[in-house]
Amino acid sequence: MKFTLSWLKDHLETEASLDKIVETLTMIGLEVEQLDDKAALKPFVIAKVLTASRHPDADKLQVLTVDTGDGKPLQVVCGAPNARAGLIGAFAAPGAYVPGIDLTLSVGKIRGVESHGMMCSERELQMSDEHNGIIDLPADAPVGTSFAAYAGLDDPVIEINLTPNRPDCTSVYGIARDLAAAGLGTLKGQPVEPVKGAGPAQVNVSLDLGDDKHLCPGFAWRTIRGVKNGHSPKWLQQRLIAIGLRPINALVDITNYLTFDRGRPLHVFDADKVEGGLTVRRARAGEQILGLNGKEYTLGPDNVVIADADGVESIGGIMGGEHSGCDENTTNVVVESALWDAMNIARTGRTLGIITDARYRFERGVDPEFMVPGLELATQLVLKFCGGTPSGTQLVGYTGHTPKAVQFPASEVKRLTGIDVTAETSLDILSRLGFVPQGTGEVVDVVVPSWRPDIDGKADLVEEVMRIHGVDRIDPQPLLSHAAVNGKILTTLQIRTRNARRALASRGMMEAVTWSFISEESARAFGGGQSELKLANPIAADMSDMRPSLLPGLLAAAQRNADRGFNDLALFEVSGTYEGNTPEAQRRVAAGVRRGTAKLEGPGRHWAGNAAPVSVFDAKADALAVLEASGAPVDKLQIESGGPAWYHPGRSGTIKLGPKVILGTFGEFHPKTLETLDVAGILCGFEVFIDAIPEPKQKATRTKPALNLSDFQAVRRDFAFIVDKSVEAAAIVRAALASDRKLITGVQVFDLFEGASLGDGKKSVAIEVAIQPQERTLNDEDLEALTRRVVESVSKQTGGVLRG
Amino acid sequence: MDDLVQLESVLAAQIEAANDEAAIEAVRVAALGKKGSISEKLKLLGSMSPEERQFQGPAINGLKNRIAEALTARKNALKDVAISLRLEKEKVDVTLPVRAAPAERGRIHPISQVVDEITAIFADMGFSIAEGPDVETDYYNFTALNFPEGHPAREMHDTFFFNPDENGERRVLRTHTSPVQIRTMESQKPPIRIVIPGKTYRMDSDATHSPMFHQVEGLVIDKTANVANMKWVLEEFCKAFFEVPSLKMRFRPSYFPFTEPSLEVDIQCDRSGKEVKFGEGTDWMEILGCGMVHPNVLRAGGLDPDEYQGFAWGMGIDRIAMLKYGMPDLRAFFDADVRWLQHYGFRPLDMPTLFGGLSA
Repeated sequence: MKFTLSWLKDHLETEASLDKIVETLTMIGLEVEQLDDKAALKPFVIAKVLTASRHPDADKLQVLTVDTGDGKPLQVVCGAPNARAGLIGAFAAPGAYVPGIDLTLSVGKIRGVESHGMMCSERELQMSDEHNGIIDLPADAPVGTSFAAYAGLDDPVIEINLTPNRPDCTSVYGIARDLAAAGLGTLKGQPVEPVKGAGPAQVNVSLDLGDDKHLCPGFAWRTIRGVKNGHSPKWLQQRLIAIGLRPINALVDITNYLTFDRGRPLHVFDADKVEGGLTVRRARAGEQILGLNGKEYTLGPDNVVIADADGVESIGGIMGGEHSGCDENTTNVVVESALWDAMNIARTGRTLGIITDARYRFERGVDPEFMVPGLELATQLVLKFCGGTPSGTQLVGYTGHTPKAVQFPASEVKRLTGIDVTAETSLDILSRLGFVPQGTGEVVDVVVPSWRPDIDGKADLVEEVMRIHGVDRIDPQPLLSHAAVNGKILTTLQIRTRNARRALASRGMMEAVTWSFISEESARAFGGGQSELKLANPIAADMSDMRPSLLPGLLAAAQRNADRGFNDLALFEVSGTYEGNTPEAQRRVAAGVRRGTAKLEGPGRHWAGNAAPVSVFDAKADALAVLEASGAPVDKLQIESGGPAWYHPGRSGTIKLGPKVILGTFGEFHPKTLETLDVAGILCGFEVFIDAIPEPKQKATRTKPALNLSDFQAVRRDFAFIVDKSVEAAAIVRAALASDRKLITGVQVFDLFEGASLGDGKKSVAIEVAIQPQERTLNDEDLEALTRRVVESVSKQTGGVLRG
Repeated sequence: MDDLVQLESVLAAQIEAANDEAAIEAVRVAALGKKGSISEKLKLLGSMSPEERQFQGPAINGLKNRIAEALTARKNALKDVAISLRLEKEKVDVTLPVRAAPAERGRIHPISQVVDEITAIFADMGFSIAEGPDVETDYYNFTALNFPEGHPAREMHDTFFFNPDENGERRVLRTHTSPVQIRTMESQKPPIRIVIPGKTYRMDSDATHSPMFHQVEGLVIDKTANVANMKWVLEEFCKAFFEVPSLKMRFRPSYFPFTEPSLEVDIQCDRSGKEVKFGEGTDWMEILGCGMVHPNVLRAGGLDPDEYQGFAWGMGIDRIAMLKYGMPDLRAFFDADVRWLQHYGFRPLDMPTLFGGLSA
C-alpha cells in the first residue's frame, strides 16, 4: 500500500515530522517498507535563460546564460533544440546528481566552452520519457525556487507492507485513523454528504444468484448523464503517478483514487454500451471477457460477473471489461459501488491469475457501511471534474451491517502482554480506533466497527491496545526458571541422530543436506515412486517425488562434485526418507557415499602409499561405525550377503538384528542403478535406519560390570583353513569362537588366499585365535587339545580342512 | 719393573688401535683372560718373596685395573660411535607430509551445527526438542492453526500439495514447523516448553528462498506466559546465539493467523560494510515472527484459552546461519559442493556448548 505525505495530510491534521510518522507507522503494525523522501529532486531549481547564442565550434549546441535566482548568471552549454532566451526551466548546478543519466555534474568544457550546470529534460529528471527538449515552464514560474516543489514532485511517497488482516488500511483514510489513534494528530473525519439525484438510474441492476446471495451482499449504483470525460486534475494525476498508477481519464482516475483514498473499489460503465439492464450472476461455462488490461479471460460458474444482454461486462470485484469501459467519448455512465464475497474473489482472482487493486481489497474485506457513501463520494468527484446530471442512488441486495460485539475483560491486556494499563486507557485506545465500548466496569461489550472484519475475540482487542499503547513499552520479564538442574532433554532418536552425524564426520566424511524430493526415475530406482508421495505441483520436473532413500541425492551430489573436478570425496546425510504419507512412514536414516579413493585414511596419492579405490568394505565400516555410535547392540548384529536391488548383488550386504529387524544395507552399486541416475565412477555407499535401532534397556544404576583381569599370559595361535569359495568367513570365525567360549576371546581373519594350487572353487582363510587362560597357564597338552577343538569345530561347520 | 711399563704401553697401544667390539675383546682376552699377559704376571705373585710381592703386587694389580678401565672406556667410546653411525643412517626427511586425520577432514553441515547451537541455548532455558513429519495433513498445517479454508494467508504460503487421495484430501509438505505445536499440545499436558527444528517447504526459489528450508519453532504454554516473557526469551536467545554482549531488538505488531497478538522482530545491525555486524549500526533486519498463541489454536490443541496461555515463535535456521556465519546464498546450502562444505562446515569435534562457547 502506497501513498504520499500530502495525501495522508488530507485526512490527518498533524504537526509530526515525516520521520516520526514513518517510525510510528512501523511501530503500530503498518511496517514502512520503503520511503522515498524525494531528496533526489532537491538540487533542481527553476532558472531562466537570459541569452542563447550559437556555440562557436558545434552546430547543434548553444551557449546560454542562465539566471538561477541569485543574480549571478551562469554560462551553460545546451544541446536542446528548444533552448532559447526567455525560456524558464529546471536547472541542475555542478555537484547535482541527475538520475535520468546517472551522473553527478561537474564544471566541464564542452567543445572548448565551459559549462556550469545543465538545463534538464523530463527524462533526465525521470518524470517521463520526454526528451525532445528541455523542460519549458510557464512565464510565471518562480525563478530560483525548488523545481520539485513547483511541479508537485516533492511529496514523499511512503509504502507500507500491509498484513492481510488489515483491510481498513488499504485506504489512506484508514492509515490516518490509526495514526490519529496513536496520538499523531487528529483525524479529519467528515461524513460524506449524499448527492441529490433525479429519478431512477438509466440502467437497472438485478441480482440473479439464487440462494448464493452472499456472493454479492449489496450493489449500489446510479447513472450520471451528460458527463465530459477529459483529463483529471493535475493534483490527482500526480498522486496516482506517485503511487505507480497511470492516469487514464477522469472517470477511471476517480475510481482508482477512491480505491486508495477510501479502500473503496468502484467501477464505471459506459451506460450507452450496456445492452438492456445489468445482472449480477454466475458466469456460464466458457463465457469470455476481454478485460480492461487487454487480456481475454474464459470464465465459469465459480466466477461472479456483471452481465448485460450481450454478455459479461465485468468480473465482479476484480476487473471491468473493455467493451463497456469509459473513454473520452463517454457521456452517460453507470457508477457501481458493490460488495463481493471475499473467498470467492480470492479464488476467482487466483484461478484467473488477475491481480488488481480491487481484488486486493475485496479479498481482505471492504467496509460494507461505506458502500453507499463511497458511491456518493464518487458522484461528487464525477460532477466536479466531468459535470453531468446524476440519477438517484439505487441499492439492491443489502440487508445492512450487523455489528459484532466482543466481551472484553480489561484484565486480558495484562494477562496476555504484561502491560499494566487501566481499563479506561484500554477502552480509550479502542474508542479512538472506532470501537464502541458499551458501558463501564471490569468486563464490557465492545462493538466492532464495520471496517474491522478481522476482529473476532478479546485477544484481537488486546492486540489493538498493545500496538497503540506501544510494544516497545513492554519490559522483558524472565521466564520462571525451573528450580532444578535441567535433565536430559533429547530423545533417544535425537541423540542417535546427532551421534551419527559426528561419527561420520569423524570418519572424514562431509555432511550434505540434499533435497527431500527427487525425480520419479531416481525414486523408482530406489524402491519409491508411489502415487501418494508424488507432488501435484513440483517446483521442477526432477523434484517431483519424496525420496525413498538418501542415496540418490548423495550419488547425484557426488557426481556434481566430480563434474567440477573433485573425484575423491565422501559425503553423508542424516535425515528423513519417506515410505508413505503418514508420520510413521517417515524414517530417520543415516547414509553415506564414498567415491574414488576417499577411504578413511585419506584419498589420493601419497608418498607413503596411494589410497586404494573404495569398496563395499569401506561402506560396511561406515555403516557399523554409525550403528556403534548410535548405541546399537553391535555384538549381536548379523551381516548377510546381498542387499536391495540398487546394489551390486555380489558386493553388498544387509545388517540385521534378529531375523526381522533390518538396521542397514551397504555395498557397491549396481551398474544399472548408476546408469539410471546418470552417475559414473567408483562408488560405494550405505544406509543405516537409525529409527529401527531398539531403545536401550533402562538401567537402575550407571555402574559398569566388574572387570576381571586374568594373571596368566595370553597366547595366540594361527590356523589356515581350505574351504569352498562359497563359505563365508563369518562362519569360520563363528565356528572357531564356538569351539571354546571360555578360553577363546577373539578370532581375527588375517589372510585370504585363492589360487590354482588350492584347487578349483577353493580358498584359504587364515585366522588368528586369541586365547586367554583363566585359571592356570596352559601346558602343551592343553593347547594341543584346544587346537584340535578349533579344527574340529571349523571343519564341522564349514567343511574346511587345515591347510598343510 | 721395566717389563710392566713395557707391557702397559703395548696394551695401551693395542686398546687404542682396537676399532670394534671384537678387537677390544681380543685385547681384553690377551691381557686379562685366563692366559692373558697380565693374568700370567699375577700368577707369578705366589712364587715371589714377601718383600718382592709387597712391591710387585700393587704394581701388577694397578696395571690390571688401569687396563680394565681403559678397555671399558674404549668399549663405550666404540659403542657410541656405532650408535651414532646407525642413527646417522636412519635419518629421514621429517618434512614429508603426513595424512590429515579423518576427524580433521570431516565436516558437519552448518544447519546441523546451528541446530545444536539452538539446542544448547534453549536446553539451558528448560526447553525440550520436539519433531514432526514433513508430510502433513491440511488440518495440522492450516486448519488447526487458524487458517480458515480459503483464507488469503494460505496463499502466502506457496504450498506444495500431494495428489488428492480417494477421499479428496490433499496432504501437503508442511509450510512451517507450526503443525508440531498442535501435535505437542495433543500429546503433552502443559506446562510446555519446546523448540521444534525441522525441514519446511514452499514453492519459492532465489538467493534467499529455497523450495526446502529449515525453521525452528518455539512454544511455551502455561498459565502465565505473556508478551513480556516472550521478549525476554527471544532477546536472551539472540544475544546468546549471535554471541554479542548486547543486541538491540525491535518488536513490532504484525499478523499471523496462529498468534494474537502477533509481532515481528528486527535486530539492529550495520549493513554498510561487507559483512553484517550486529549490535551496532542504524539498519534493522527482520529475523523472526512471534506472538501469543491464538485462542483457536489452543482450542485445537485441546486446551481452554481462558485457563492456559502461551507464546510461540518461528525463525529460519538457514537464515540465522547465514547471518551469523556469512554465507551469501541459500541455494549453496543444498548443493553439497565439497569446497563449500569444507569452508563453511564445522569439524566434528566442534561441539557447541554454553560452558565452552557456542562457536570457538
